[in-house]
Amino acid sequence: MSRIILPLIGLALLAIVPLIVTDYGLGLLIGAATYVTLASAWALFSGQTHYISLATVAFYGTGAYTVAVLNETLGYGAVLLCAALIGGTIALVVGLATLRLRGVYFVIFSFGLAELVRQLITWYEVNVTGTLGRYIFLDITTRQIYWQMLGLAAITIALTAWIHRSRLGMALRVIGDDETVAAHSGINLARVKLLAFVLSAVILTLAGAITSPRYVYVEPSIVFNPTISFLTVIMALLGGANRLWGPTLGAVPLFLIFEWLSSNFPDSYPILLGLLFIGVVFLVPNGLIASTERLLGKAKGARG
Amino acid sequence: MLSTTLILGLVLGGTYALLALGLTLQYGIARIMNLAYGEFTLIAAFLVVASFQHLGVPPLVALPFVTIAGYGFGWLLYQVMMRPLVARSGSSGRLEVDSILATFGLLFLIQGVLLVGFGANFTSISYLDRGIDVLGVSVALNRLIAFAICVLAGGALVVALQKTRWGLIMRAVALTPGSAPLVGIDVNRVARQGFAIGSALAATAGASISMYQTFSATGGVVFTMKALVIVIMGGVGNVPGALAAGLALGLLETFVATAIDPGLTLAATFAIFLLVLLWRPQGLFGART
Repeated sequence: MSRIILPLIGLALLAIVPLIVTDYGLGLLIGAATYVTLASAWALFSGQTHYISLATVAFYGTGAYTVAVLNETLGYGAVLLCAALIGGTIALVVGLATLRLRGVYFVIFSFGLAELVRQLITWYEVNVTGTLGRYIFLDITTRQIYWQMLGLAAITIALTAWIHRSRLGMALRVIGDDETVAAHSGINLARVKLLAFVLSAVILTLAGAITSPRYVYVEPSIVFNPTISFLTVIMALLGGANRLWGPTLGAVPLFLIFEWLSSNFPDSYPILLGLLFIGVVFLVPNGLIASTERLLGKAKGARG
Repeated sequence: MLSTTLILGLVLGGTYALLALGLTLQYGIARIMNLAYGEFTLIAAFLVVASFQHLGVPPLVALPFVTIAGYGFGWLLYQVMMRPLVARSGSSGRLEVDSILATFGLLFLIQGVLLVGFGANFTSISYLDRGIDVLGVSVALNRLIAFAICVLAGGALVVALQKTRWGLIMRAVALTPGSAPLVGIDVNRVARQGFAIGSALAATAGASISMYQTFSATGGVVFTMKALVIVIMGGVGNVPGALAAGLALGLLETFVATAIDPGLTLAATFAIFLLVLLWRPQGLFGART
């Protein structure tokens, strides 16, 4: 039971924290919750299947931009629903085209997807509506944003935990290990991959939609910032993308480090990010959780 | 009108073909999916522009040096960064994922260095920028030179790969890296060479692009993307295929830019990519497997 109760207590504690922290602290909390959500949602699909998606920001940005376009015409709930639908549809189309094929085609497509969406929106805004850049004026407090994001993070992790134990999770793991074996054991490869990818994309889109009021001013080049895709991948990898708590474990410390780096070393920030990323790929290829377990296992073996 | 599009498109396609050749070698022979490829071309482009602006070195003089430096850079990078990944993955399918992740990190690293060194502004130089009459169409001399470089380098590579013993070894590793050691081929050496030649081609393409195109430190992704699409269209590791697909993409882009809207060229690239994936994922010129 402690597997369910402990996270619930943690969630309750996290939910009352904004009543006591400063505005700056609340900003940090929102950022951390956002990246926990993004990294967990990313790992939901890519962690199990090893299909590396580099398109996180394509969905995140789509979510934020949907809110920017619709926030004056529709109610907030309807806007979120629209964002989820749009994100899911994009994922469905991209997935249908690329997930039937070898993994590398999917990677390549996801690599350029954010740039494509950004250029298309820019082109559309410049040529059709004539307004590049929009404002978001919503009657939502910073605390409400935090609670929504915390809720989304909790849902993502709970969903991941459920998928890990379900037939879908089993199928995803087999696909990640060996696609040929998966096909021979009767798994519908394309459908399983597509389902997980669309689920993950809907969460990513919602995360973008929920944080968007924080931007106030939204422009394609702001919300489609490739650094977000990059951070998501490195966070999930550091903790361990195929573990339930891996992305969370990677996201929180790295988010704080990145905040500190970007305010103290704004010029060399991308360089440090790149070095950190390469370091993670080389030194902890399976994530911190797996590395720690191996170390502990070795220690035990040496003693016994 | 049509002939203008045709000639300008072919000239642009030449650069794209050259760009894609290097990537297809790196992926086909060294098995490294290099997402930082566009950044390699940008390094070369910035070096050429800087030496032109500050030292007065003409880009055509700088080009061979940049190419050699590109070879050295690729060689070193393979030895330091890629080789450990290859050794770690052994015969499992891990290398593809690892190389994608490692070069994704490299992309941001190089981009950061370029931003610090050269700033975020768009850069361009005016070099040999006078019109030359080609079949009644006026084409800038610098574009023609870039096209000639592509034809020379690409042609030489095709002949070398098809006709020489060295090319045979390269193709053997590209086809079955597992069996190549059985006939006494040092796969590690060949892969390193393939990666280094790929980098040299990226540098050559970057140097030719710098002569006539505006570029910025953050624009590498688009180059990588176009090169990747061409490689897939031509069939992975297929050098003549990449040349043909590069020319085709240049034509398509010029056509879209003149007939529809210049802002939609990347969308056109992606549309073609999707079509190829849906219709012939093994490449337009590849054999069915």
